[in-house]
Amino acid sequence: MADTSSGSAGDRPEQDRPDAPGSGREELSPVTGQADPEAPHDEADVESKYSVEKQLDFTQKSYSQNQLVLRRFFRHKGAMIGLVTLLGVTILAYSSIGTAAFPGWWDKSYRSSAMVVDGGRPTLSLFPPTWGEYPFGQETTGKDYFALTMRGTQQSLLVAFSVGIGSTIIGVTVGALAGFYRGRVEAVLMRATDLFIVIPLLVLAATMSKGLGGGIWGISFVLSILVWTGLARLVRGEVLSLREREFVTAAEAIGTPSSRIIFKHILPNTIGTIIVSATLTIAVAILLETALSFLGFGIQPPDSSLGQLISTYQTAFQTRPWLFWWPGIMILAIALSVNFIGDGLRDAFDPRQSRSED
Amino acid sequence: MSCNGTGEKGGVVLQFILRRIGVSIFILWLASVLMYVLTINSGDPLQDLRQTNSSNREQLIAARVENMNLDEPWYTRYAIWLGGASKCLILQCDLGTNRTGQSVNELVADAAASSLRLVTLATVLAIVFGVTVGILAAIRQYSGFDYVVTFLAFLFFSLPVFWAAVLLKQYGAIDFNNWIADPGVSLVTTLLLALLFGMVFSVIAGGDTRRRVLTFAITAVVLFAVVTYFDAVGWWRRPALGLGLIVLLSLAALAVLLMLTVGLRNRRVIYCGLATIGVGIVSFFATRSLMEDPSWTLILVLAAVAAVVGAVIGVAFGGYERSTAIVISVGTALSFGFLVFLDQLLRNWGLYLEGNSRPISTIGSGSPLFSGNFYEGIWNWATQLILPTIVLTLISLAQYSRYTRSSMLETTQQDYMRTARSKGLSDRVVNTKHALRNALIPITTIVAFDFASLIGGAVITERVFGWSGMGALFQEGLNTVDPAPVMAFFLVTGAAAILMNMLADIAYASLDPRIRR
Repeated sequence: MADTSSGSAGDRPEQDRPDAPGSGREELSPVTGQADPEAPHDEADVESKYSVEKQLDFTQKSYSQNQLVLRRFFRHKGAMIGLVTLLGVTILAYSSIGTAAFPGWWDKSYRSSAMVVDGGRPTLSLFPPTWGEYPFGQETTGKDYFALTMRGTQQSLLVAFSVGIGSTIIGVTVGALAGFYRGRVEAVLMRATDLFIVIPLLVLAATMSKGLGGGIWGISFVLSILVWTGLARLVRGEVLSLREREFVTAAEAIGTPSSRIIFKHILPNTIGTIIVSATLTIAVAILLETALSFLGFGIQPPDSSLGQLISTYQTAFQTRPWLFWWPGIMILAIALSVNFIGDGLRDAFDPRQSRSED
Repeated sequence: MSCNGTGEKGGVVLQFILRRIGVSIFILWLASVLMYVLTINSGDPLQDLRQTNSSNREQLIAARVENMNLDEPWYTRYAIWLGGASKCLILQCDLGTNRTGQSVNELVADAAASSLRLVTLATVLAIVFGVTVGILAAIRQYSGFDYVVTFLAFLFFSLPVFWAAVLLKQYGAIDFNNWIADPGVSLVTTLLLALLFGMVFSVIAGGDTRRRVLTFAITAVVLFAVVTYFDAVGWWRRPALGLGLIVLLSLAALAVLLMLTVGLRNRRVIYCGLATIGVGIVSFFATRSLMEDPSWTLILVLAAVAAVVGAVIGVAFGGYERSTAIVISVGTALSFGFLVFLDQLLRNWGLYLEGNSRPISTIGSGSPLFSGNFYEGIWNWATQLILPTIVLTLISLAQYSRYTRSSMLETTQQDYMRTARSKGLSDRVVNTKHALRNALIPITTIVAFDFASLIGGAVITERVFGWSGMGALFQEGLNTVDPAPVMAFFLVTGAAAILMNMLADIAYASLDPRIRR
């Protein structure tokens, strides 16, 4: 196309035109012999412009894999809010009424009854912010509901964390053995998982914990030996693919024993899956324990648990709604924050589906 | 190989299903042993009698030992139970007697019907809504909609079932019943509703600012007008759809079906759908007297007729796109039929209200003495079913939506998606044809596990709502260390779970051709 209206440019594209002498880019100019040796040259500029290698920025700090994971986790807003809430709830529950080992700062016990003041209404108020005598109110026999709720929270947290630890140990062991040795262990694992398609987890847990008599450690034990199957399947899947990798072959070639290969070479590579799954197990355990206690197969009176409190006072919803609200909010707060922490951990270990940059 | 003809393919699928049935029965048997042993070891079945002071104590104990075969060792008792239960295969179940000598078969019949209705309905609703919401959230990743869905999913995950059920009982039943006695929506509430719906629809629709604002404005105005109109004519107590709304809604159904299959440009298929709606309008008047007080048989027959008519229209006018036209026409015909049914159902709401001034029930799973016409019968169990179903649906909906979302995101990162986009396919085709089908494959695997956890949830929900369903059977049986009811619960729910699992497997096989090889 002949576009003569733009004057000197003619049909030649702009970038092909010779640069003005003294600009430092004359060597690119098609008009030879015009290079000015005195003109300032910038080697680094040429390097960065025309190099095919990626330029590394050495001023920026570089991070190890673990540091990257931690950075991503601490930048996850939901996980941070969850972590703070969970820590807050835990500290409140344990410091307020204390345990057998140490006394708390709250002066009332969850066991002793008292006069019912003002229909047992909660004295907690935000404007002005005061605790008052009975911040969460009193139940029908005048027991302090704050102390009762805190006791229930302690129990639920204890069950949840011991189940988280116990089931993770079982799940990792079975999953690793099944993935590494295949054969009979794998068949048992698969049938055990299938079992939970046929028997609901809650039903099996109820039947077993009734047989054990409903102490807190009994429930933890029952839930631990029931909820590991999901984690075991995940670990098995990862081990199956990891055992085919070169570094495992290399370890085998120099005569490393199988147990060392599993625990030193393979399992560290599955740590992300394990941590995320353990966190989510904790949330599942909280809900299961409270559901069991609600049905009457969990923690038995006179001890208290959040699910049992709700079960006892659900009929009082019309007249004394606070007896129903507090334990529910506690369960919701714990489960929600644990789930958010789990989500943050998942994004930190496996950032493919998240927005974070590095 | 898929080119070997349909006969061979069917054979392979059948073989696959038969193998699954064999494995499932084996697992059911293993689980029954476990369940039996755990139940009989969970306590002392004679405990209450040992502590009683009544004069005929020895006699009572002897009667119970007789009823429960307590003088036999556990394996003999299990064998007796298994012998009776295995007759289920020839449809003559004998589930034994409970500790008072009552036949468990009778107890199970009613309980199973109400519980399975609840769990199945909740599963279907959770799958439909959960998958839809999950796909929308994945397509609009990092939008306001996505964040709201994510937060709600986490909330529902963490919600204790029993707590949510009690809350819903208060606000969904007691307060709704108070409201329906003298319904009316204040201006402020109407405005808030309009704003809320406008916001929801605009974030789902997405697009640029102009499109969002437009969607928001249109939705808000339409909703405001509709609610005001409903309020003015007293729709809340005398609802109906009327022919106009039926046609409008079935057009919407047609549009959704078209979007999912061939898009809105294919004239021939559109005309097939429109013709189906035309025939539907004629038959609306023709079947009017039939629909006044039908029966389930009649409804099913009419639905079958509608499907056949739709298929005929598709065959006659489909031309070169016959198969798609058939699917669209049948879908449209069934939607139209359902809307006509819904219209009649709504028209009977007022009649039902006159009999029951507080419609949503908070206690009990069914009033057997209920009398009324066909539609009132439906309202009777619908009002009992609605709250437990909502509780169960919400909780498993969260799981489905999260799972669908991540599965869909995983799929959209695949190379073939980029290829599909780079060869110029529209968003609609890429999302429905390439992404959706592949994203649905992993979801079928969680259906089985989710069904089991829903049954667990149903045990709790039934207790809150005072149903005498399978949950109550299980709980009472376990409390009294009586294996027969517990095992009956296990057998019914286990068989239902296996059936559900099987359906999921078949869906899996039809979505993923690799599994059939």
